[in-house]
Amino acid sequence: MEVGLTHFLVLSAILFSLGIFGIATRKNAIMVLMSLELIMNSANINFVVFSRFGNFQIEGQVFALFVMILAAAEVAIALAIVLNIYQNFRHVNVDEIKDLKG
Amino acid sequence: MTPELLLNLSIAILIIPLLSFIVLIFFGKKLGRPAGFIGTSILGIDLILSITVAFVRLLYYPDAAMFQYKFDWLNVGTNSIALGVGLDNLAAIMLIVVTLISFLVHLFSLEYMREDKRFPRFYAYLGLFTFSMLGIVIANNFLNMFIFWELVGVSSYLLIGFWFEKDSAANASKKAFIVNRIGDLGFLFGLMTIYLTYGTFLFDEVFGSINAGILPFDSGAWMTAIGIFVFLGAVGKSAQFPLHVWLPDAMEGPTPVSALIHAATMVAAGVYLTARVFPMFTADALLFVAYTGALTAFIAATIAITQWDFKRVLAYSTVSQLGYMVMGLGVGAFTSGFMHLVTHAWFKALLFLASGSVIHAMHHAMHHHNEHHMDPQDIRNMGGLRKTMPITYITFLFATIAISGIPLTSGFLSKDGILAGTLAFAQLSGHWFIPVAGFGAALMTAFYMFRLTILSFHGKPKTHIASHTHENNRFITFPLVLLAILTFWFFYSFNPLDAGKGWFHSVTQTPQIATPHNLMFDFMVQNDQAEPSSNQQVKTFEVTHYQHHHSGEHHSYRSTLEEYIHHAHTPAMILSLLVAITGILLSFIYYQFRIWDVDSIVNLYPWLYKGSFNKWFFDEIYQATFINGTVGFAKIGAWFDLNIVDGVVNFMGTLGRGLGKITSWFDFRGVDGAVNLTAWISKRLGDIFRQPQTGIIQAYLVLTIIGLVVLVYIFI
Amino acid sequence: MSTFLGLGPLTWITFLPILGMIIILLIPSGNDDVAKERSQNLFRLITAGITFLQLIIAILLMTAFNTKLVGVNDPSSMQFVERVSWISLTGLPIFGTLKIEYFIGIDGLSAPMILLTGIVSFLATFSSWHIKKAAKGYFAMYLLLVTGMMGVFVALDFFLFYVFWELMLLPMYFLIGIWGGPNKEYAAIKFFLYTLFGSVFMLLVMIALYFAVGSFNMFEMMDFTKYDTNSILYGMGGSWRLIAFAALFVGFAIKVPSVPFHTWLPDAHVEAPTPISVILAGVLLKMGTYGMLRIAWPMFPDAVYYFQTWIAVIGMVSIVYGALCALGQHKFGKRDFKKLIAYSSVSHMGYVMLGMASMTSEGMIGAIFQMFNHGTITAMLFMIVGVIYDRAHTRGLDDFGGLATKMPVYTGIMTIAFFGAIGLPGLSGFVSEVMVFLGSFRTYPVYTMISALGVVLGAAYMLWALQRVFFGKLPERWNKPWDPSGKLYKTDDIAPVELAALIPLAVVVIFFGIYPQPMISMMETSVNHLIEVVKTTGQIAGL
Repeated sequence: MEVGLTHFLVLSAILFSLGIFGIATRKNAIMVLMSLELIMNSANINFVVFSRFGNFQIEGQVFALFVMILAAAEVAIALAIVLNIYQNFRHVNVDEIKDLKG
Repeated sequence: MTPELLLNLSIAILIIPLLSFIVLIFFGKKLGRPAGFIGTSILGIDLILSITVAFVRLLYYPDAAMFQYKFDWLNVGTNSIALGVGLDNLAAIMLIVVTLISFLVHLFSLEYMREDKRFPRFYAYLGLFTFSMLGIVIANNFLNMFIFWELVGVSSYLLIGFWFEKDSAANASKKAFIVNRIGDLGFLFGLMTIYLTYGTFLFDEVFGSINAGILPFDSGAWMTAIGIFVFLGAVGKSAQFPLHVWLPDAMEGPTPVSALIHAATMVAAGVYLTARVFPMFTADALLFVAYTGALTAFIAATIAITQWDFKRVLAYSTVSQLGYMVMGLGVGAFTSGFMHLVTHAWFKALLFLASGSVIHAMHHAMHHHNEHHMDPQDIRNMGGLRKTMPITYITFLFATIAISGIPLTSGFLSKDGILAGTLAFAQLSGHWFIPVAGFGAALMTAFYMFRLTILSFHGKPKTHIASHTHENNRFITFPLVLLAILTFWFFYSFNPLDAGKGWFHSVTQTPQIATPHNLMFDFMVQNDQAEPSSNQQVKTFEVTHYQHHHSGEHHSYRSTLEEYIHHAHTPAMILSLLVAITGILLSFIYYQFRIWDVDSIVNLYPWLYKGSFNKWFFDEIYQATFINGTVGFAKIGAWFDLNIVDGVVNFMGTLGRGLGKITSWFDFRGVDGAVNLTAWISKRLGDIFRQPQTGIIQAYLVLTIIGLVVLVYIFI
Repeated sequence: MSTFLGLGPLTWITFLPILGMIIILLIPSGNDDVAKERSQNLFRLITAGITFLQLIIAILLMTAFNTKLVGVNDPSSMQFVERVSWISLTGLPIFGTLKIEYFIGIDGLSAPMILLTGIVSFLATFSSWHIKKAAKGYFAMYLLLVTGMMGVFVALDFFLFYVFWELMLLPMYFLIGIWGGPNKEYAAIKFFLYTLFGSVFMLLVMIALYFAVGSFNMFEMMDFTKYDTNSILYGMGGSWRLIAFAALFVGFAIKVPSVPFHTWLPDAHVEAPTPISVILAGVLLKMGTYGMLRIAWPMFPDAVYYFQTWIAVIGMVSIVYGALCALGQHKFGKRDFKKLIAYSSVSHMGYVMLGMASMTSEGMIGAIFQMFNHGTITAMLFMIVGVIYDRAHTRGLDDFGGLATKMPVYTGIMTIAFFGAIGLPGLSGFVSEVMVFLGSFRTYPVYTMISALGVVLGAAYMLWALQRVFFGKLPERWNKPWDPSGKLYKTDDIAPVELAALIPLAVVVIFFGIYPQPMISMMETSVNHLIEVVKTTGQIAGL
């Protein structure tokens, strides 16, 4: 059986779903961040896969690289926020951080 | 002395007692006992002046009209109300009467009131009283008369209630004032009608206008009404039936006050007023006056018979004698009526002062024997005072004889004249009740006066107190003796049986009648008046001189009535002597010799005795009708005011508050409710919509994704 | 009389108290007891000083008063006139132009009232001497009240009159409501609402008159030629005129107060502090009858003519009914001394109404004179009640007896006041009562005779009270001195401050009782003119 586009897309979909699940269910903000990484990676996979199978040159790979750099920067900011949250709340449990509640 | 000087002196006589009042009311307390001497000496001066004025007037100007001094007191628009003083023969005689009795009372009180703690105050009040009384005497107009009339009322209020710690005294003074006020109300009506009709209050102007035919409301009935209105004032002040009830109660005042007020001055004021306004009475008014007097004389005498209180007997005797005077004036025996006022003044003052002397002696004896529960005024506790108090007894006896109408006394002269007048009047008009009441009262007077004398002075002392009494000192006995001398006949007429030729009659003749002849008894119309006067100026209230040609049998009478009175003189004298002696004899039979028992009569007619003893229940009847009626009205009024009138006001208030409550409820529930409802609804909606806003980002995410999925599902 | 600082005497007499009020308000009350005491003394002295100045001005005015000038409806013969435009607006909707003047002056109708106000407000200060509670507010209010009263008597512009009329309500409300007795709130509100109720009628009539004339000037309102022909008040004897008069009459009758609008008076008197009772009885009641004479009579002569008999009946009913109620106080109710005097006021003001209805010189002059005399005599009576109330803290007639032995001087003064109220000759009440009777008998013989019953009833309730309180035995509880410490009252008898208030009044009462001519001359010309105006106009109207 040849590994085709569908397989990659299924993998990426699984990764995405895991990421969403992680964001929705994890209480710890770090875990949420990690789940976010999963989602981004699933996106990367899609970029690369569509670049390979589609009628494209290397735009997909370049986008994937951008995303990775962006993710690194994003994680840095997010961790800084998480640290601030920790300083304010003494925990990073996202369930209990409900200041947005109406 | 000129008339002007006489008038000025009369004004001085009027003012002097007022000065005494002012000085003593302000400085009396500091002065203490000397206040009494000051008051007495001031009155002494007053007395000397009065005697001078009176003698000059009576000797030099006996025929002159009233000397007058008047000034405008109030100028109202075109009208002016004048006040003033006037001096005529009546006033001159009254000046002496008032000042002499007032002076003697002052003197008497120096001893009698010696131990009273408000001694100076008493003298101040006496001064005020004398002032007011003199004001009445020398008034020349109705308003002046009314002013001093009221002042007399007040000063008597103060004097009767002098011992105001006693409730009975305070009640008596109040009663006296209010009963007098009822009479004054009539007087006031009279004043109003007079002012309305004549626009003036001066006696001469009013009588002049009446003489000129001006009648109030052009009606003879109103003319009668004016007379009766003014006479009502006299009814109050002179204690005539039916307003006589205050006088006996007024005996609560100190005894000298009783002598002053209730014998000689205040009560005489009514008679004096009646004499003053005599010209304006119509036939009907005179009849009213005569009947009032006759009824009073009779009723009061029936009450006096059964009383046990020394002063009460005298009080009712005063009422009865005042009835005589009024009756005398009413039947047209003007001179005798007025003369009785004077003679009665002396002997009644004497009786009261003598009773004061007795009470004072009893008091002292009681005090001496530490006896405090006895009534010193009850004649049942006296007896035998003849021995212990000889001067008082003798003088009292003089007065008793005089009041009973025995010849050689002053009382006989005047009483006989009145009785002759009633006989003549009855002959001419047919009103026989009047002489019957007059003679009946004369009988009873002789009886109860001797009963009083016998029970208190004769026989054996009934209590040990009575046996230990002593004659009082000269302050008390001097007035008694002086007054006793004045009960002799020769002061008034040299003929002890007929006053008609004496000086008194010649200076106080019946004044001309001012009322139209058709309203008057024709027998009272005077001859010299019937002819039209050549002098157009009306000379009313002027004592025209008796026509001086009664040589021998030849008389010329001024009116038919005078002629009849002259003829009735002898029968009246015999009759009155007869009844007087009968009364005295009965009195001796029952009380001195006890031949017949009094109780047998009492038991024979117990209701008569009870009625008389309880003053015919006048007080009770008035209490039940007028007083309770007024008080009832007042109660109803006060209740009505508090509950109905104010109730309406409060109801309006409550109504307003109720309406307010309703609107405020509506405002709260209705108007404000609608507003609150919208707010409530939005809140509920908000509550619903805020439910998804959990604040948990993850939840939002999930929802987003679900939404996304749904959208994808819908659109793809 | 010349002006001072550019202002005429009437302005000074009216607004001096305002000046005093401002000074008092500027003085601090003080924190500790000593400072409080000092400033209270200052308040008292300022009030006494200001009102004394007022009295002096009033007396000077009386001496300078020309008794020959008629006044009433003739602006040229008013005296001490001051006239400045106050509010002048043009182009207003409905009203068009609004012109209100500061127009004051006096004539024979108001002169006696000025004197009365001067006397009573000065002497009532002495009764206020012991007021400790919030003294600053009290004296400030008191002075404001005095301004209001004076203003009512001098105003010649209806609007100005109304302003002063209402101005006096406000301090009165607080003076009763704060310094009053136990039931003070009820009384104060009752007084306020009742009077306001009357004012509403007055306001309505005032506006109606304004539309008829186009000015608030009283004299223009009295000049019937100036009436707008479209106005409902145009035309003599028109039914609207009668209604307007009735409304005005009710407004003033409430103040008098005449039966049946009188029930605020007993409550107000019972609750008010002594000096306020004095002012209330002494001056405020007169404002009602004064208003009738100044406004209702000359502005609606036709209606007066029409209602004359009814006014006399109201007067008669007030006299007899008031006297009966006063007598009833002895037998019914709480037997409050002040209530008795309050009802006697109703009765005595009835004489004024009767006299005013009579339309005779004697009756009218008697009525105004009675206003003056009632002012002085009743002021005395209330001060007298205040004296024992201050000491015994009760006014119950049953609580006393035999005070004559304890307080002889007091009893003497009391006797003068009581007999003054009864109408004893030699005291001023007699003169006015007799004049009223003489005058009204000419017009209404029967009503007058019924009214004269009040004389007997008056004697009955007054003497009853006199006996109750002063005669008989002193109750045990008053046997000891009023103030055992001797700090407040040095003797048992009346204190000098109280005498200082009572003796001048007694002198006034005796003086005018013996020599009433000055007072009568003062009002005679004006009163006769007023009668003439009413009679001629009323007869023209053919009612």
